[in-house]
This record gives sequence, structure tokens and C-alpha cells, in this order.
Amino acid sequence: MPEESVAISQERKKYLFYRRCTRRAVLAAQLLLLIGFFALWEIAARREWIDDFIMSSPSRILKTFENLYASGDLFRHLGVSCLETVAGFTLGTVVGTLAAVMLWWSPTLARILDPYLVVLNSLPKTALGPVFIVWIGAGPASIIAMTLAISLIVTILEVYNGFQGVDRGKMNLMKTLGATRAQTLLKLVIPANLPTFINALKVNVGLSWVGVIMGEFLVSRAGLGYLIVYGSQVFKMDLVMATVILLLIAAAAMYQGVLLLEKALKKHLGVSV
Amino acid sequence: MIVQLEHISKTYQSPDSEIAALEDISFGIREGEFVSLVGPSGCGKSTLLSIVAGLEAPSDGIIRVDGEEVRGVSRKIGYMPQKDQLFAWRSIWDNVTLGLEIQHQKDKKHIRSVEMLLERYGLKEFAQYAPGQLSGGMRQRCALIRTLATDPRILLLDEPFSALDYQMRLAVSDDIYAIIRREGKTALLVTHDIAESVSMSDRVVVLSSRPGRVKNVHDLSALAGLAPMERRDHPLFHQFFNEIWKELEISA
Repeated sequence: MPEESVAISQERKKYLFYRRCTRRAVLAAQLLLLIGFFALWEIAARREWIDDFIMSSPSRILKTFENLYASGDLFRHLGVSCLETVAGFTLGTVVGTLAAVMLWWSPTLARILDPYLVVLNSLPKTALGPVFIVWIGAGPASIIAMTLAISLIVTILEVYNGFQGVDRGKMNLMKTLGATRAQTLLKLVIPANLPTFINALKVNVGLSWVGVIMGEFLVSRAGLGYLIVYGSQVFKMDLVMATVILLLIAAAAMYQGVLLLEKALKKHLGVSV
Repeated sequence: MIVQLEHISKTYQSPDSEIAALEDISFGIREGEFVSLVGPSGCGKSTLLSIVAGLEAPSDGIIRVDGEEVRGVSRKIGYMPQKDQLFAWRSIWDNVTLGLEIQHQKDKKHIRSVEMLLERYGLKEFAQYAPGQLSGGMRQRCALIRTLATDPRILLLDEPFSALDYQMRLAVSDDIYAIIRREGKTALLVTHDIAESVSMSDRVVVLSSRPGRVKNVHDLSALAGLAPMERRDHPLFHQFFNEIWKELEISA
């Protein structure tokens, strides 16, 4: 900004200075917390305050990462889990939205299905895991079915709710312009609900990870969930801890991806979504 | 009469009771006339407008537009809602052409006429702006152009200025009034603001409290030809205002 170099009041200078200071201080504290945590863990392991065979340690985890990377297993397992998760939340969001469109289209159908949706929503979906394995088989398809089961009902309810919440005045406007139900859907209800879709996507990214890890615990021969179960069974806690950290990074990265998508959409549409 | 209401009644049913909203309402609107509908809140004036717009069916009675009975939404009628209801995800141009798009009438002739409306009312250079970038008054003008774009003969205005603050309201009602007159449209305005109705209309229909009935019809031809702002300074303005005020029996 050229204006800033011309005349900048003393008060504004002060404000900007304090703002910069606070931001740096918070960032420093955050980094310190992270480094401190791992440092304390490492020291505790080396001084034998804790048993690093059970608790593992940062240096052992790093070594595990090296081995996983060298053997090519790292990206194979990570890839499998990520793929399943992406498939899960994409399917969950798309199928959930389609179902919500059907409910919106037919209020009678919505009324009839209402109690079933409520009951299904309260069912802990992980209970269905064994059912999927019997029906679909012990493979990735079962895992994706699991993630779908977890995210679908929530998505339907949330998106349908968003559809119902469209301003009555705008609905009336469309009616008086002679819009058909399909036109109202495409030109008003769906664009008005972009924030709802983004929200559903955000929630589904989290839920899909739950479904994928649950599913991999039960059936798989690859993926992060498999690594965790395998590691615990052969008592390789280094592997378990390394995988948990990997999972943390992957899930955070995916969530950031959705945030970026949201930002891009906002920019593209030029509105506050 | 371009619009004719004959013995309109509306009753709402609920599991516990039925509520009479409107009872035996009859009046007509001449071509090019500006009629206001005033009444205490809850008297059913917005319901009556919805019925004329074809959004709701009356329980009893007939509405004729141009001699034809209204059954559902008609292209002869343009509806201007409370608040501008511009879609934030569409540019001004895409907002004002929404009706044409829906009615598959985005041909050269109609596009040209919308362009002319935007130009005439000082919105041409804002066509590609987002609604959020415009002032309340400009947005209201866009909403009116959106309604005019499909070339309806009758405009229904449902408290279109109620969302604006007082200063803006005076300016915008002057503005909208001039546009409606210039385009030669017939208008039915619903409002709870007596001053607004006296400043804009040829006739004011006063409804009683629920169930709404026609209590009186005021002929304001003595004020004809004056702009809303000029009317507000006219000696007769307060006389009409007071008469209507008394009929509304507003008790605080």
C-alpha cells in the first residue's frame, strides 16, 4: 500500500507493532509446546523414566519412518488409507446430497422417512462393520461402505435442513417468476446452500477417517489402520506411534485441502460463503 | 378494470381451529392506476397480495386479471417482495434477467429492453457488480427492474421499503414511484405506513383488523400529478393521513 509509507499515525504504528508482537509470541508458544512435548518424551525415554519399549520415543519413531520409507511401505499404506477416505467422503457428500434433493422434492417422502432417518442417525454405525464384511467381503469395498454408513445420514439431515432453510421470500419470488421445481432447485436452492455443502464436506472428512480406520481394524491387509493393529499385535509400539503421527498429518492435510477449496469457491463466486 | 376482486375470503385451517383472515373483499384496479392497501398488522393484507399473485388460492371468491380468472401464477403479474431478494451469487445483470431466464425469454428483444432499463435508471455500469457492492436504494431499483424485465402489466409490491431506514425510504419510494409511472404500470402496494400510501397512490383501500374487510376506499385524485415528496408537503396530505389513521383504530 503506497499510502502507508506516506503518512502513518503514531497510534497505527503502535497498533501494527503490537499486533505483530502478539502473533509472533503465540506462534513461538505453539512451537515451544510442540518441541517441548517431543523433547520431554525423548529425554524421559533416554533417562529411563518411561519404558521406551511400551511408550516408544521420538528417535525410535523417526527410525521407524526411515525403515517404512526405505521399504516403500510408507506411501503404500498412506496411499491406500487416503484413497479410501477420499472415496468415502466424496461418496458420502454426493449420495447424501442426492438423497436430500429427493426429500426436498417430495415433502411427503420426507415426512414418511423422517422417523427412520432419526433412528438411523442415532445408531452407532460401527456396529454395522461385521455386517458389511459378511455382505460385501473383507476388502476395500467394505471399508468404503463403513465410511459411507457413518457419513451418509448426517449429510442427508444437514443438507436437507439447509434446503429447508432457504428464505421464504426468495422461494416466493421464484414462484411468481413461474419457476419450475427443477429451476428453483438449480437456480436458488443449490447455490444458496454452498456453505452447507462445504460444512458437510468438512464434517465428512473427519467422519471418513473414523470409518476408514475402523474398517481397516476389522478387515484390511493394507492402510494406516492395518499398521496400527498389526503393530499392536506384534508389540511394535514404535510402528503404532509412527502410524498415529502419520494419520495426524494426513487428516490435517486433508482438512486444510477442504479449507483451500472453500477459499477458492468464495473467490470464484465473489461472495462470502 | 384490469384487476377485479370479487368477494374474496380466506380461511386458514389448523388442527385446533380455523382462522378467518379475509372476509368478502371486493374492489377493482383500473389500468395504470396505483392502489395502496393499508391495514393494521395481521389484517391479512399480505395474504391478499399473495392471493392476487396466485401464490395462494382464496377460500372463496374470484380474482380476474384482464377478464381472466387467476388460477396460479400469471405472467401478467410481477411481484416485488419485501427486501430486494437479490441473489448474492449472481451479478446484477444475472439477477435482473432471472425472470427472463426462467421463462426462456432471453432473446434479443428482451435483453435489449433490460439493457435500456438499466441505462435509464443509472445502473448500466453496475451490471457486473455483485449485489453486496450496491447501496440499499440501488438494490431496490435492481429488484424493480428484475420485476419489469418480464414486462408484466400489473406490479404487486409487498412492503418493498420496510427494510430500509427512514431517509432511504423516502428517497427510494420517490424513485420507485417515478419508475412505475414512467413505465405506465398498474400497481398494487401493500404497506402499513399511512404516509407512504397517501404519498404514492391514486386510491387507498383501508382494511379492518382480522378478519380483514374493506373498511373504506379513499380517492386521492386531489393529489394527482404530484410526486411523493411534493405530496408530503401538500395541505391535503395531513387530512387524508388523519382520516386513514382514525379508521385504523390503532391503540398502543
